[in-house]
Amino acid sequence: MGKVLKYSFYDLIRSRWSYIYFFFYLALGFVLLFLNNDLSKAVITLMNIIIVLVPLIGTIFGTMYYYNSKEFTELLLAQPIKRSHIFLGQYFGVAGSLSLSLALGLGIPFAAYGLLKSNAIFDFALLLVVGIFLTLIFTALAFNIAIHNENKIKGFGYAVLLWLFMAVIYDGIFLLSLIIFEEYPLDTFSMIATALNPIDLSRTLILLKLDISALLGYTGAVFKKFFGTQIGFWASMLVLVLWNAIPIFLLKYKSSRKDF
Amino acid sequence: MINISDLHKKFGKNEVLKGIDLNIEHGKIYAILGPNGSGKTTLIKSVLGMVIPDKGSIEVLGEPIKKGWKYRKQIDYLPQIANFPGNLKVNELIDMIKDLRNDKGNADTLIELFKLQPYCNKKLSNLSGGTKQKVNLVLAFMFNSQLLILDEPNTGLDPNALIQLKELIKKEKENGKTLLITSHVMQFVEEVADEVIYLLEGKIYFKGTLKALMAKTQQTNVEHAIAALTKTEGYG
Ligand SMILES: Nc1ncnc2c1ncn2[C@@H]1O[C@H](COP(=O)(O)OP(=O)(O)O)[C@@H](O)[C@H]1O
Ligand SMILES: [Mg+2]
Repeated sequence: MGKVLKYSFYDLIRSRWSYIYFFFYLALGFVLLFLNNDLSKAVITLMNIIIVLVPLIGTIFGTMYYYNSKEFTELLLAQPIKRSHIFLGQYFGVAGSLSLSLALGLGIPFAAYGLLKSNAIFDFALLLVVGIFLTLIFTALAFNIAIHNENKIKGFGYAVLLWLFMAVIYDGIFLLSLIIFEEYPLDTFSMIATALNPIDLSRTLILLKLDISALLGYTGAVFKKFFGTQIGFWASMLVLVLWNAIPIFLLKYKSSRKDF
Repeated sequence: MINISDLHKKFGKNEVLKGIDLNIEHGKIYAILGPNGSGKTTLIKSVLGMVIPDKGSIEVLGEPIKKGWKYRKQIDYLPQIANFPGNLKVNELIDMIKDLRNDKGNADTLIELFKLQPYCNKKLSNLSGGTKQKVNLVLAFMFNSQLLILDEPNTGLDPNALIQLKELIKKEKENGKTLLITSHVMQFVEEVADEVIYLLEGKIYFKGTLKALMAKTQQTNVEHAIAALTKTEGYG
């Protein structure tokens, strides 16, 4: 798998898009930190952008890379390489290069700002961890969609729909159901609903870490009781790991059964 | 070398292979013939593990290939369509394949043979179809595997390259290699093949030497013999 990963990764870090993505975060980081002297406000703004943008880029890059590397894949399939390693190698190549753009693009301005000295380092670290998780998760989901759809346009459409659902529609339905079922106790429901969507879960984790659970609305107190504890934090991490592991497993499964 | 028994494959409702039994012996050149869409490429890809059979078994060098991948080290393959990552240069592609196979190969002699030097620093997306096919041939012949599988090797080649290709095939046979070749050009088949495998409607319709084929169909050239095979289809 190492060699496949190496070639996919090199291929991607030579691409113009990786640089655009990197410079975008670089600019965003500098602008927010140096124009906005309040670190925790900068982290919140960053979070709001990251939580929506990272999944979108992961989905789009994931599908695009899968379809564009069709020739590379066919070439590899005839070589003495394990099938699952071909697809996992490509997947980690994409997810790795996106994560690198994110980590460097945000890390440089934060380091320049003197983050390493400030105690915001943990907030920032959590932001990066969550960003990397979201990259890994949505790239994996994108690969799954692409491997199931020969038709590029269809695959792309489904991928964007998935992002739209997770980032926008899900919250809408969630809020709507909170309003409709107002008179019922909804703590457990909202907690489960949050845990099931990696984007919502990430947002909750960061807001709790920043200790501004008031932003979470009426469920804030309940959330804090669960997600705010050590157990709650690690349970959330576990959910994120599962969100990543299951699509990777499905990708492996499908790739071993597909005809080329 | 290769042992195939009761191989079935369908794509959706399209039954492409309906029970193939085939034994490929060491050191011979086999030509796989059949009309377009008769499943030649599917058969080859099944041996390579690119197509997963519905039923039946395939053994390469005495080992079942199911779930295996190391056996592909023993196979050099020329795909029917020369699809390469367009953003790579020819020499980058060759280096990559060498690295992936952990084998230095002898690309240089082949590059010289097909006069590819001027193209080595060009991106694959800028090459013509014929030149891509030559690169395809370099990749297929540069390693020293026991088994060579060539899917329509003569597509798009100029007469000069075609002569070089035949020479290469003969040389590989002299070196004791086993070759599996599909082709549409009967003259080409006539010149290089020891045995002919004729695929029709998902089954092996004929397998035997060229001589046996002529005798069976009472023809004097392969083209007519194949045509005769197809015509007598109704009579079994
Ligand atoms: N991956 C695939 N998915 C669906 N159908 C396929 C696939 N590969 C081949 N086929 C179909 O299988 C049949 C045989 O194709 P192929 O093996 O390429 O024939 P040949 O090489 O003899 O021309 C064709 O009808 C083709 O459309
Ligand atoms: Mg074919």
